[in-house]
Amino acid sequence: MGVAIEVSDLNAWYGTNHTLQSISLKIPANHATALIGPSGCGKSTFVRCLNRMHETNPIGRVTGTVRVGPTDIYAQTSAVEVRRRIGMVFQRPNPFPTMSIYDNVASGLRLNGFRNRKVLDEVVERSLEQAALWEEVKNDLRKKSGASLSGGQQQRLCIARALAVDPEVMLMDEPASALDPVSTAKIEDLIFQLKSQYTIVIVTHNMQQAARVAENTGFFLNGKLVEFDATHKIFTNPTDKRTEDYITGRFG
Amino acid sequence: MASTTAMPPLRARASNRFLRVVVNHLATVAAVGSTILVMAPLIAIFAYLLFKGASSLNLAFFTQIPKPVGEVGGGMANSILGSGILLAIASLMGVPIGIAGGIYVAEFGRNKRLANMVRFTADVLNGVPSIVMGIAIYTLLVAGRGYSAVSGGVALGIMMIPTITRTTEEMLLMVPLNVREAALGLGVPNWRSVLSITLRTASPGVITGCMLAFARVAGETAPLLFTAFGNQYWSTSLTQPIAALPLQIYVYALSPYDEWHRLAWAGALVLIVLIVVSVALVRYVAGRGTLKGAS
Repeated sequence: MGVAIEVSDLNAWYGTNHTLQSISLKIPANHATALIGPSGCGKSTFVRCLNRMHETNPIGRVTGTVRVGPTDIYAQTSAVEVRRRIGMVFQRPNPFPTMSIYDNVASGLRLNGFRNRKVLDEVVERSLEQAALWEEVKNDLRKKSGASLSGGQQQRLCIARALAVDPEVMLMDEPASALDPVSTAKIEDLIFQLKSQYTIVIVTHNMQQAARVAENTGFFLNGKLVEFDATHKIFTNPTDKRTEDYITGRFG
Repeated sequence: MASTTAMPPLRARASNRFLRVVVNHLATVAAVGSTILVMAPLIAIFAYLLFKGASSLNLAFFTQIPKPVGEVGGGMANSILGSGILLAIASLMGVPIGIAGGIYVAEFGRNKRLANMVRFTADVLNGVPSIVMGIAIYTLLVAGRGYSAVSGGVALGIMMIPTITRTTEEMLLMVPLNVREAALGLGVPNWRSVLSITLRTASPGVITGCMLAFARVAGETAPLLFTAFGNQYWSTSLTQPIAALPLQIYVYALSPYDEWHRLAWAGALVLIVLIVVSVALVRYVAGRGTLKGAS
């Protein structure tokens, strides 16, 4: 089951560049939350702070607290442990190019030392089914490389790979921005189904997408969270003038 | 919107087209010519070795040890085995150290002084003449202890390290960031991600680097002169002087006897064929597991 995320006074830097400035918000469990805003506003950095990926950048730095469920992920646990509980799907599909489809999905468990063949088989099938990819690849599981699939299939493979380690939260950083409309629709359907079991945070440039999949939406601008509210409120009756300007297309 | 009337005519003029075809052909000729120029020495050497050496190859060459001066026949069986042992020692030492060094420089030592030192040292080591390597190992391992297979293997192993370290580094740096992030994002510890994902993705290039280093030291004579020393008899002892193909070729080629000259040619041919075969074998074994569509 998904868990809620509570962020308070989160700041992030790249070198001396203060990318995120005092962000506080509560992301409810088992809902999809969309983050919108113009390029460079800090929304990608924000999700990367939620699973401590930001600190893999040598010049990245973070302060503040992030609670995932009961755990303060910066104070009470290790980065590796956090990323095991919080799955991430990236902007560009990034299957492991030397691995078969099966090995890609199993990689999260295998690389953490899990070896039971029977359980792995079940997890791979279940995850690929959850990611709506099973029917398309079930005959080539071990024959084909993950990199041989189409872009949309690769992204669903990456989602299956993230689901296989049974995370509590799924972070999606513009998961459909490199895909065609058909694949995008499949990913959106997927998000719709997954949010009954996982807490989903999705970064998107596509405002229709945010409106379609997310109950709540946050608007970022220049490293600050301008407004965070129910999606229909953000799109029909925003409180802040800047939010209104952005969603009506007056800038950004 | 720019007005369309300002667009130049899309069709090139006839004279331009003629020039373009001529330049195109010239460039093709230059490229093909250079290819032939690069291939010619290799083919010439191989053909000459076949011409000079093939006639002296027989079963005895691969099964017998050298005969004393004046006796006809004999072979280089002990040298072939000796070279095998020396290269095994060298690879056991050079490949792990070289790859480990490359991993450190590329993955863990970014912008660190030690990594810059390793990189610089590797480049200098690559430029050290092989005879100097022989003398250095002589001073360190041989003087006072006697010539041995181990010292020869160590000399060759050290010569393999810089090539392997630098190619491993280059290949690891070519692995895209998003593949590394995929592994880290799954909650895989960094060391595990480096070994199981980054190194595995880069493995074809790393293997090429190892093969280059292997092929280079397989033909080295100078570092073995003062270390492995050579041996006219069967010996597989690691602490005794050991025969090696390049050494035996060197000794035979400098001798005044026609019979030995012929054996030297045959030895050179066998050496090249063995290098080509072992490189091809490693490539085959390493490439067997490659999947459809893997990049």
